[in-house]
Amino acid sequence: MTALVIRGGHLIDPAAGVDGPKDILLKDGRVAEIASPGKLKLQNGANADETVTLDATGLTVAPGLIDMHVHLREPGQGYKETIATGTAAAAAGGFTAVAAMPNTIPVNDSPETTRWMQAPERGAAIRVFPIAAATRGSKGEALNDFAALKSAGAVAVTDDGHPILKDGVMRETLAAAARVGLSVIQHAEDTRMTQGACMNLGAVSFKLGLRGMPPEAESGLVERDIRLVTELRDARAHLHVAHTSTAAAIAAVRQARRNGLRVTCEVAPHHFLLTDEHVGMYNTLAKMNPPLRSAADRDAMIEAILDGVVDAIATDHAPHATHEKEVEFENAPNGITGLETALGLCLHWLHREWKLPLGRILSLLSAQPAGLLNLKGRGTLAVGSFADVVVFDPKAEWTYRAGDTLSKARNTPFDGWTMQGKVRWTISEGRIAYTSS
Amino acid sequence: MDPLVRDRILLKRRVALLFYESSTRTRTSFELAAKSLGADTTLVSSLSSSIEKGETLKDTGLTLRALGAEAIILRHNSSGAAWLLEEATRLPVLNAGDGMHEHPTQALLDLRTILTHLRPGARTVSAETLAGVTVTIVGDILHSRVARSNMLLLPRLGARVVLCGPKELLPELAANAGPDIAVERSLEAALRQSQVVMMLRIQAERLAGMQLDLEQYKADYQLTGQRLAAQAPSALVLHPGPIIRGLELTAGVADGPQSAILEQVRNGVAIRMAVVERALAGDGKGGGA
Repeated sequence: MTALVIRGGHLIDPAAGVDGPKDILLKDGRVAEIASPGKLKLQNGANADETVTLDATGLTVAPGLIDMHVHLREPGQGYKETIATGTAAAAAGGFTAVAAMPNTIPVNDSPETTRWMQAPERGAAIRVFPIAAATRGSKGEALNDFAALKSAGAVAVTDDGHPILKDGVMRETLAAAARVGLSVIQHAEDTRMTQGACMNLGAVSFKLGLRGMPPEAESGLVERDIRLVTELRDARAHLHVAHTSTAAAIAAVRQARRNGLRVTCEVAPHHFLLTDEHVGMYNTLAKMNPPLRSAADRDAMIEAILDGVVDAIATDHAPHATHEKEVEFENAPNGITGLETALGLCLHWLHREWKLPLGRILSLLSAQPAGLLNLKGRGTLAVGSFADVVVFDPKAEWTYRAGDTLSKARNTPFDGWTMQGKVRWTISEGRIAYTSS
Repeated sequence: MDPLVRDRILLKRRVALLFYESSTRTRTSFELAAKSLGADTTLVSSLSSSIEKGETLKDTGLTLRALGAEAIILRHNSSGAAWLLEEATRLPVLNAGDGMHEHPTQALLDLRTILTHLRPGARTVSAETLAGVTVTIVGDILHSRVARSNMLLLPRLGARVVLCGPKELLPELAANAGPDIAVERSLEAALRQSQVVMMLRIQAERLAGMQLDLEQYKADYQLTGQRLAAQAPSALVLHPGPIIRGLELTAGVADGPQSAILEQVRNGVAIRMAVVERALAGDGKGGGA
């Protein structure tokens, strides 16, 4: 395998405590050597002819980003996205690993589908880690065989869009997942309170004449789940709250953490940037679930990111065909794409506007999700780790154009937004997966 | 105006009526309005068209445009449908009611009726025309597009809008929908302040599983002759229809001297003539409401 040298860049590897100018040698898919500029002992490794050198002068080098919440639509809905196109978009966004949700057709509730998603024939540009369904068909009744799913490569379990409502089933899920060392990810929505609803409940939904989802539908289920984790304290159950969107849910997570429970959460860029006002006149590109919330909720997301309650930033990349979004607001499918805009939005808003240090942002986008999913050797560039690297210009400002996307889908509310931080190269296990043109 | 002049204003212009929900007053009055200006109208309703076969609103709109429609009058069960259709077709779209959102021509004809009674002889309107007037809207505000259009329109002419109904049908945050809107739970208290009272039908088709005690509702919110005489003996009584006698109001009130319900229907034709003419006149960019 060809060796890759990244020279002249500024390495930020929060997990390894590195923040300074370093040269890096990648070999055989791993990080082989890290040295001060010009000090790599190349002669110990590959023949110089077989070594590709990337000049990263003025650029930041960091562990590849990890998105723990994406929808790649395969198997079953290749017209929206395929594993190949979704991971190409991910690589363009600086991601070297994504965790794919199981709401595919069929639902990924089997070792066979879990393996199928990881097969080389899918043509993934970066690593795909399936998250398997917690229950058969995500119907919230019978538990799947978590040990078998884990050995097939699943990194967590969830019923995602079909939250587990029954106390008994959720308790069993948490206990069974804990036994095999997997986390349970819950899309927290008490669907009994959101029938027919298509946006956040509030003054905006009233004015638009749309049925609203009360914030309590999210926070109530988070509180229920935390109660179950408390009961299972000895089992060390790990609850991860997906795409947290309300102040009340964040408050519940914060309290659970103070009580020493293994409760973690993620927040999506749209939930710390947009509010239900962005629905405007029925803009279906502002429709997702959980919905855009009030300004107070949005502010609570920012606060929780800044003060460390949030464990990961995840995009909830949810591609849809254009015609599917060109319908009545209440009939439009939920979701927006997010893989290509996450880094640019985080650097522009979290870093430049709200002064969150670059290292903290990279940690939220890489080391911390790697830890939550137990992805060994990822989320860091310590010697011996996987050679998953993103090289980006942290100062570059650019405008995102949905039309230029590598995803099959263009359903983003961030078309035309200013991004900060442009990805130059994305390297997946030592292979260049993306080069900016 | 001379009918022979009037019926040439939109001579042979093509207006499509696209109706996804049943309608008596709105559909008939729009049709009569367009025809009396000389336009050709065609009615497409969801139950006898390709909509039944799964055609989207966008594709139906493009089809109507290809057939020569110059404006589309849309009644739809989804809020925001008129915006979608306008975006898709770039034609003037007249909103004849979209879901729970708005019913602008209803609000205009309500305003016409209010002006006739409270400001007889007024030739123009301004932001003060209805200063000092309180209009109470009673009943199923949550599901009512008529309420939303009126609560946004009437304050622009200086009126104060009081919304009255039980919590299930009237969330507190309705008061934030715009300026000069207040929520009042007591019908008696609301009536005492009002020069106009607009009664709404309980929209059983939009209750979506909500349990409502109708007997309790009638006890608290039905407009009876007794309540009207005691609290608002000179108020104008309006109702967008269809009325359910014996539920939101008694037959006596509906047919009584304070009721202008049929006058509203009559005004509907004139208002819709004005709106259709505006949509099709000149640059043809008058729509979008």
